Amino acid sequence: MNDIPEGDLLVILRHGPHGNSWLREGLDAALVAAAFGQRVSLLFLGEGVMALLKDQQEGPLGQKGTQPMLEMLGMYDIETLLVDRRALSERGIEVDDLCVSVSLVEGEAIAGALAHHRQILNF
Amino acid sequence: MASTEIYRYLTVSDQEIALDPEGYLVHLQDWSPDVALVLAAEEGRELTEEHWEVITVLRDFYARFETAPAMRPLVKAVGQALGPEKGKSLHLMKLFPDSPAKVGARLAGLPKPANCL
Repeated sequence: MNDIPEGDLLVILRHGPHGNSWLREGLDAALVAAAFGQRVSLLFLGEGVMALLKDQQEGPLGQKGTQPMLEMLGMYDIETLLVDRRALSERGIEVDDLCVSVSLVEGEAIAGALAHHRQILNF
Repeated sequence: MASTEIYRYLTVSDQEIALDPEGYLVHLQDWSPDVALVLAAEEGRELTEEHWEVITVLRDFYARFETAPAMRPLVKAVGQALGPEKGKSLHLMKLFPDSPAKVGARLAGLPKPANCL
């Protein structure tokens, strides 16, 4: 995907759904910005791609799963979900294993994504 | 966010329903249409068929996404469920003056929407 849309905010997600709340915090920030009319894109790097796996459940302590949040992104008009192709292949994950539809990016396209957004938040 | 602090009780057909300081249900499973009616009556709101449509959309949204929607996604969800004529913030502002996302969530028995002024 070379045509990455321009946006106001790029939220980079580098953590999986369990063990800490980085993912949830990042998604929350994206939702807040979108609720106020910002054009928001997400970029999943490294361990962050684990967030996109299908069929994840709530945590053992009763934390809500993040899958409903991911499915809700469309309702907030967050449609650009960029995923590092290498992070997927390093973990043996296929696009079909993911719970939402994404655009794969790698190398220079990732740099392009950063350049196309006015603000970047790193989670 | 759902609050666990019980501030007062609402009496609905002989049952005591716990409310938090902002009038949201402490136990979301306490909700019933009667609870919505009593909550609305307290504020002098009358619930018409059009109000109930939106309350249903709100409850469906929460059942699917586990989050109470802010205004923009609520408008979008209403538009998808009830058609573009109703999927407008003006329509929702008329039904639930002040803040449709907050008032609607309260009447629909959802937590207070987090991403909302």
